[in-house]
This record gives sequence, C-alpha cells and structure tokens, in this order.
Amino acid sequence: MWRFIGSRLLQAIPVLLVVITVTFFLVRVAPGGPFSSEKAVIPEVKAALEAQYRLDRPVLEQYIAYLGDLIRGDLGPSFKYPGRSVNELIGAGFPVTAELALYALLVALLIGVGAGVVASLRPNTAQDYIPMSAAMIGICIPSLLLGPLLILVFGIYLDWLPVSGWGDMPGDKILPAITLGAVYAAYIARLSRAGMLEVMTQDYIRTARAKGIPEWRVVVVHGLRGGLTPVVAFLGPAFAGLLSGSFVVETIFQVPGLGRFYVQAAFNRDYTMILGATVFLSSLIVVFNLLSDVLNAWMNPRLRSRAGQNT
Amino acid sequence: MSTTSISALVDAEQGSSLWRDAWLRLSRNRPALAGFAVLTLFVLVAILTPWVAPYDYAQQNLELGATPPSADHWLGTDIFGRDLLTQIMYGGRISLAVGFIATAVALLIGVSWGAIAGYMGGRIDAVMMRLVDILYALPFMIFIVLLMVVFGRNMLLLFLAIGAVEWLTMARIMRAQVQSLRQQEFVEAAVSLGLSPLAIIWRHVIPNALGPIIVYTTLTVPSVMLLEAFLSFLGLGVQPPETSWGLLISFGTETMEEYPWLLFFPGLVLAITLFALNFLGDGLRDALDVRGAKD
Repeated sequence: MWRFIGSRLLQAIPVLLVVITVTFFLVRVAPGGPFSSEKAVIPEVKAALEAQYRLDRPVLEQYIAYLGDLIRGDLGPSFKYPGRSVNELIGAGFPVTAELALYALLVALLIGVGAGVVASLRPNTAQDYIPMSAAMIGICIPSLLLGPLLILVFGIYLDWLPVSGWGDMPGDKILPAITLGAVYAAYIARLSRAGMLEVMTQDYIRTARAKGIPEWRVVVVHGLRGGLTPVVAFLGPAFAGLLSGSFVVETIFQVPGLGRFYVQAAFNRDYTMILGATVFLSSLIVVFNLLSDVLNAWMNPRLRSRAGQNT
Repeated sequence: MSTTSISALVDAEQGSSLWRDAWLRLSRNRPALAGFAVLTLFVLVAILTPWVAPYDYAQQNLELGATPPSADHWLGTDIFGRDLLTQIMYGGRISLAVGFIATAVALLIGVSWGAIAGYMGGRIDAVMMRLVDILYALPFMIFIVLLMVVFGRNMLLLFLAIGAVEWLTMARIMRAQVQSLRQQEFVEAAVSLGLSPLAIIWRHVIPNALGPIIVYTTLTVPSVMLLEAFLSFLGLGVQPPETSWGLLISFGTETMEEYPWLLFFPGLVLAITLFALNFLGDGLRDALDVRGAKD
C-alpha cells in the first residue's frame, strides 16, 4: 500500500512541473505586458515596477526564481492589485470555493447514490426508469442553464431563496450548491446503479442472503462496499470538474470564490494571479486524483498489485 | 476516419451479420432513433441557415425592442429587436461546428496515437501512454481559459484547444482495442505477408476497432459542445458579432427577469441537442455492444 502511494506521489511531481513550466512560459509569451494597458506611465516608474516584479531579468532567471519562490510557498505579488499577494487572493477565495464544492459533492453523493441504489433494486421497472430519466435530464441541463433557471423559479417567481451572495443571507448557499452538484448527482446515479447491478449478482451476496441477513443490510452493508467502487474512482475527476464548474456557478450567483477571481484575473490579464491560481488548482487536482486512487485501491485490493506493476 | 473505409468494411462484411445486427438493434431503440432524427434536422438547418433563416442576422429593430414570441417572430426578439430564431440558427452553426470539428480533431489524434502505441508495444507504447497519463492529470478547463486569455479569443484556437483535450480517452480506448486485435490470426497473417505496420493499422486494425470509436465519438460531441457553451458563457469563447448557444444563454441570463424567453429558447435548443446526442450515443453503445466507453 505504501509503495503504491509512493509511486503515485512520484508520478505527481513531473505532472506539476509540466503545469508550472507550461503556464509560466505561456504567460510570458502572452502579447501585451501586464503594465501596457496603463496609459502614460513614466519610464522610471515602469522600470521600477518591472524591477519589482523581476520583469527586467532574463526569462530563464525569472523562471528559476519563480520555482524557488514556489518551493517556499510564495506565489508572488498580484499584478492587478498592487500590495496584495497572490497568496492573499487565493487565501480569500479558496475557502469559499472549497465550501461550495463540498456542499455540491454532498448533494451529488446523497441524491446520486440514493437514486442509483433505488434504481438498481428493481431494474427495468418504473422504480428504475424514473430516477434514471431524471439523471439523463441532469446530464443534459448544464449548470450554465440550470443556475439561471433555478434563480428564475425559486429566486424570482416563487421568491423563496436569495439569488446571489455567499453567507450574507440565510439560504443563499442552497441554489449554488444544487446547481454545481446536479450534473455529478446524475453521473453518480448512473455509476452506482451499474455498480450495484453488477455486485448484487455475486456469490457473496447470495451467501449473505442465504444466511438470513435482512435485505436492507445485504444492500447497505454488503452491496454498497463493492457497488460504490466506480463512484469512488469517479470522485477524483469529479472534484476537478467541481473546481472548474465553480467558475460558472460562482459567476452566476456572484459568489466571491476562487473561480470568480480566476475568471476576473483572466479578463484583467493579471498574469501572476492566473499563474498562481493555475499552479494552486492543478496541485489540488493532482492531490485529489491521488486520494481517489488510494481510496479506490483500499476498497478494491485487486487494483493494488496491478497498479504496482505498471509503475 | 473516411466514409470510404466504413462502406468498404460494410461491403466486406455483407456475409457476416455484425453490422446488420447492430443496425437492427439500433432501429428498435426509439430514443436513439429520435435523437438521430433531431440531430439530422439540426445539422441540416445549420447548413441551410443563410437560406432558411426568417430574418437577416444583423438586422436590428431598436424601436421594436424585446418582444415575446409572436406570429412574426416565432421565438420573439431580443433587446435590439433582432429575431431570436435567426440568432439561434446562426448560433447553432457555430455550436455544432465546434462540436463536430473539435471532436474530429480529437478523433484523429486519439485514434492515431492509440493505434500506434498499441501496435508498437514495448517501450514506445510505455512512453506514449505515460504521456497520456500525465496529460490526464492536468486541469484542462483551466488551461483552455489560460489559452484563450494568452492568445486572444479566436475560433481556430478554440477548436484546437478543445480537440486537444478530448483525445486522451480516445487514445486509451483505441490502444486497448489494438492490443487485443494484434494477437489475432488475421493480423499475424498480414505481418507474415510483409505488410508495413502503417498499412496493417490502417487496413486491418482500425476498421475492426470501429465500434468503440463510433460510440465514444458520439459521446464526445456533447461534452465538447458543453465546453464551448461554458467558455462562451464566461465571455472567453465565441465573441460578438458571432454568436453561439452558450453566448445566447449568457445574454439571456442578463435579462431573464424581464424577457425570460431569451434564456429559455436557446437553453431549450442546447438541452435538446445534448439529449439527442446522449440518446444516440447510448443507443449505439447498446447496438454495437461496446462496454466501458464512458460510465
């Protein structure tokens, strides 16, 4: 197990290095320097600014210095908000995004696993078709459409829930969490249905039933552990999707999270912020993929040896 | 994948019933057929838009402003008095084009990559697939946003960037197919006849791996279209005066309180297209009995 985790960690390092390098040089070759938009900057001021951001040095030197800063956990100053560091901006935005992603994941897991298991108990009956049709609807109505529709119905027509903000009013976290989680609920419903259908025909389930264990216990205790393996494997990619999905959801509901900062930084050409946020988000995604793999290997011992051989 | 090789394959397979069976199974699947019909209709309309659109694309009517659906404007007009149906038709040209072209890019890269890796095996395979593993771990959505910022928002880049993201799974599926195929007698026979690896891959391996490729391609189109909608919604994709469904939804959202139809109809068209593609993809998967392509 530890060897497995170790080999996966070693694989993560080149991935992160590729991300950092590619992002760094992409940002450097971008047309228009970060200060070219400011009109009538006195040459001395511009030179001072460039010196402050190390832009007067050769690119390779900048790159090495940036890597050095990164190792110390310093993502540098923001181009757009003088005096604020990228660390501060991420520190302000990330907790909000993390909270949103967590609620969305909870929504997705509760609804998704519930619907999937219910559907799998009586395949090809109404009990199967209704939740699975709902899942299909969830997949085909993307968040950028679902969000505005929910706002229109629950925020404006029914006037039940606030439509923007985060933590300002009671209930303003409900609509963003549902909007972000809906698609994943749909995928998880499909995955858990397929997983349960496969597991429930296996011998150990028959044995459990033969021992006279109540059916709900067979399903919940014996079935779920095997049946949810595909869901656990999906959690890593789902987390990456939740983070990028938060770009849209935070924009729709005006949630002051990292996704919204990132989109704003993209519009403002705040290159250090983009660079820092990309590095930060990539590291997070790599870590979560790793966690998802480890969890999956723990639940499914056969994968461990196979993964060990590959590396 | 050219159509000639598909039809050549179908001709060659006249005797056996694999493709005819698949067609029979598909034709009994009502949702898949409905999906196929809707897609055909949308694609036809998109191609013929310049001739069938009820109004001129750029024609504004500021005095008219936003009006709900009426006999003159079936889906209403936007705040500039432009006909919404016309907007949706022109937007569909771009949304569908992005969907199909970017998928074609992904198909081309993924199939060649996977076929070469799977056929060569050994060290070449290991290096090529390790590269795919590394790319898999990258947060691509973030990268596309970055690319659009750095290089400006141009359509060609959008096609390439989205295509470059989506080829990875295709490469994995193709490699798995090729690995199982190259052990078969007919491939060994081709090798002993002295055919070059490229000829074997093109003539014998790819046609036999068509099923999973077709299925996965059908399922890639909706995810590509979503990506485009997502970017345009954020203002990082298609730019005015061009339009796309994602962009129309984005504008519709801004005024949805006063003019809900501006959000509703573009959203409906996008959702219907996604439904059609997903039903067709699921139907094809069942008909061709492909396992493991997405969920």
